[in-house]
Amino acid sequence: MNCTHGLLFRARDCPREKERAPGGPYALSLSDESSGFLETVARSLRSTGVVLSTRPLVNPFALSGRPVPDDTALPPELQLRIHDLMVRARVLEERLIQMYKQGDGYFWIGGPGEEAFNVPLGLLIHKGQGPQFDYLHFHYRQSATMLALGADPIDSLRQMKNTATDPYSGGRNFSNHYSKREWNVVPVTSTIETQYSMAPGTAMAQKRAGGKGITIVTGGDAGTAEGDFATCLVWSSRPANPLPVLMIVTNNKWGISTASEGQHGEKTIADRGRAFGIESKTIDGNDPERCYREIQAAMEYVRTTRKPFLIESMVSRLYGHSSASGANPVLDEGDCLKGFEAKLEKRGLLTRAKMDAMRAAYTTELQEAHKVVRAEPQPDGSTIFDHIFQTRDLVRGG
Amino acid sequence: MSNMVQAIRMALHVAEERHGLNDVFGEDVGPPLGGAFTATQGLRTSWNSPLDERGIVGAAIGLGLAGSRNVAEVQFCDYIFNTIDLLKLGGMISWGSNGDWNCPTTIMTPVGSGIRGSIYHSHSFDATATHIQGFKIAIPSRPLDAYGLLLSCIVDPNPCLFLIPKALMRTRSAPGEEIPGVDVDDRALSKMIDAPLGDRTKWTSQWPNTPDLFIPLGEGRTVRPGRDVTVVSYGRMLPLCAKAADDLALESNGAIDAEVIDLRSLCPLDWPRIKESVKRTGRVLFVNEDIEVTNFGEHLLRRTVDELFYELLAPPRVLAGSATPGIGLADNLEAASVPQLAGIAAAIRDLAKHQP
Repeated sequence: MNCTHGLLFRARDCPREKERAPGGPYALSLSDESSGFLETVARSLRSTGVVLSTRPLVNPFALSGRPVPDDTALPPELQLRIHDLMVRARVLEERLIQMYKQGDGYFWIGGPGEEAFNVPLGLLIHKGQGPQFDYLHFHYRQSATMLALGADPIDSLRQMKNTATDPYSGGRNFSNHYSKREWNVVPVTSTIETQYSMAPGTAMAQKRAGGKGITIVTGGDAGTAEGDFATCLVWSSRPANPLPVLMIVTNNKWGISTASEGQHGEKTIADRGRAFGIESKTIDGNDPERCYREIQAAMEYVRTTRKPFLIESMVSRLYGHSSASGANPVLDEGDCLKGFEAKLEKRGLLTRAKMDAMRAAYTTELQEAHKVVRAEPQPDGSTIFDHIFQTRDLVRGG
Repeated sequence: MSNMVQAIRMALHVAEERHGLNDVFGEDVGPPLGGAFTATQGLRTSWNSPLDERGIVGAAIGLGLAGSRNVAEVQFCDYIFNTIDLLKLGGMISWGSNGDWNCPTTIMTPVGSGIRGSIYHSHSFDATATHIQGFKIAIPSRPLDAYGLLLSCIVDPNPCLFLIPKALMRTRSAPGEEIPGVDVDDRALSKMIDAPLGDRTKWTSQWPNTPDLFIPLGEGRTVRPGRDVTVVSYGRMLPLCAKAADDLALESNGAIDAEVIDLRSLCPLDWPRIKESVKRTGRVLFVNEDIEVTNFGEHLLRRTVDELFYELLAPPRVLAGSATPGIGLADNLEAASVPQLAGIAAAIRDLAKHQP
């Protein structure tokens, strides 16, 4: 079922129970502002058997201006591109884990299991430098997003091996702690959730600058217990100055070894956004096509309304929290890559043999990259005092 | 003569008009109050934030990352302690990214005792601040320095902490030390830039034409040249040290002649000025009001011993605040908790008399 022009949404998603269409899976909600057009559509839908509410309804999406995501499959080329990046990202994480286990890194943390969300996110980001482009306040599970943005995977290996050639930190920070001013990727921190306190700042600058640039902040579900998450909700939704922030929570239902069900009384994390009047939605983060559509719609909302949006994406954690918990495969959680590959095979877009060959080729590629990185130098100890202070104002073009 | 809070206000005005300062924000910073200490009255870019120090510091860093010059205020430094990790991250942005990023932002906050602020409005922050590497740290002791140091912080490409001794907020410029361009008397200046009591909705500031005056961060000032003892201080303790030195010179008929240095910024540090002075006097006293344990003065003392041991004529000393959880409200409790004039004078006298 297609949803077009923000008119339809699934009845089970209807935010107002009483407005659900009785007996039917879909509800039509009418905006007061465009009821003439909607009535025309409603008449034609009635003729096709769609059950409609008999009462005048208000479509909160139409009022807010948020486009409702399409449910259709993505164009085949895009499906293949997403798949390619998902495979690359998974292989990269597996290589990083191997590096850690072989003693070529001190710590691993990453995002295997989140590719279905993180790849579409990267493809949809308005990449560039400065307030006209998207500011990216990532946490440490964003390798797939970085690859989708165009990062070279060997650079992740360099950070894992803490080489002097590591372009993200020069051997100073953990793996998957990216930083790239050229793409507005602000330094990733190991502290949980602090990025949510900083995000309103870049968004304020963007709102003042004009244009379509937005601020995107990502984090996990456990971190939402930190006050910084509430800070972002409050500061993004201030009536005095609502901000173009896309808040993203990838919910894997774990905080290291602690299950969320014992710690979080809220039904969904997205509910917390609603309390602040923030458009919020919980989505299936294991379906890359759904993720693409939802992120696209949410971004469009933030770009055009200059108001915040909260996405809670339900994802898997396929190698545990980090190397601190072993970094071993987790077999009882859904694998988004397997699910998507089954779809692609069924649709006749790829064969199993081709997908296996693709994965083997990327694995070999990263094995070779690993060898290259092994031979690269470590940073010299004499450099520890470099860059404590800047003499040039780089972020202001100095 | 302007006072320190007026000097801060004038510096902010100059920065928003001439140096791209876009945001001056914090709790009660915007109209109608214009800051708990009135430091932000009448500014074009000031606004009120939620009561959320983590949000204030986080937003300041975010604005800085986007290249937007800003000054964020934490109303009392006593309330900045729950932002320490954010400050650590702010100070880490350039270093952690191996020089790829910088973050121009200034966080200002009133510090220290002296207004009978009780247990939780009297803390100092200099010892903690100097453990947060990557920030430049300024702390003025007179209006002219407040003006010039704040302007330097605002245009610096790095994150800066601007610590304002709250007991000195209303102290006026000494003769000959006025901010250039302030050529009216106290009453006239107040009428120009202090918001009136009552309805302020129709009030606007009439700013004097003050210049771009940048006092370099890392350049201390020798407040009083002297021969026998070097006294190194900053912030609220500085005027007490200067007075103690003057009093001693008077009462001893010039037999005790102490040199007083105002550091003005703790990072960068004007160590060459200290070193040169101590090499001449052979005796040194470091004075501040923060807790004496793990105190910035202790760092200076250690460095003195490391580099100047054989130049010393007396054991170097630190005079600092008591190692207590807070500062009590009653006069006697506060006086017993932070260095006082008599104690500073006694310490200088002892050092001057000490013979190797």
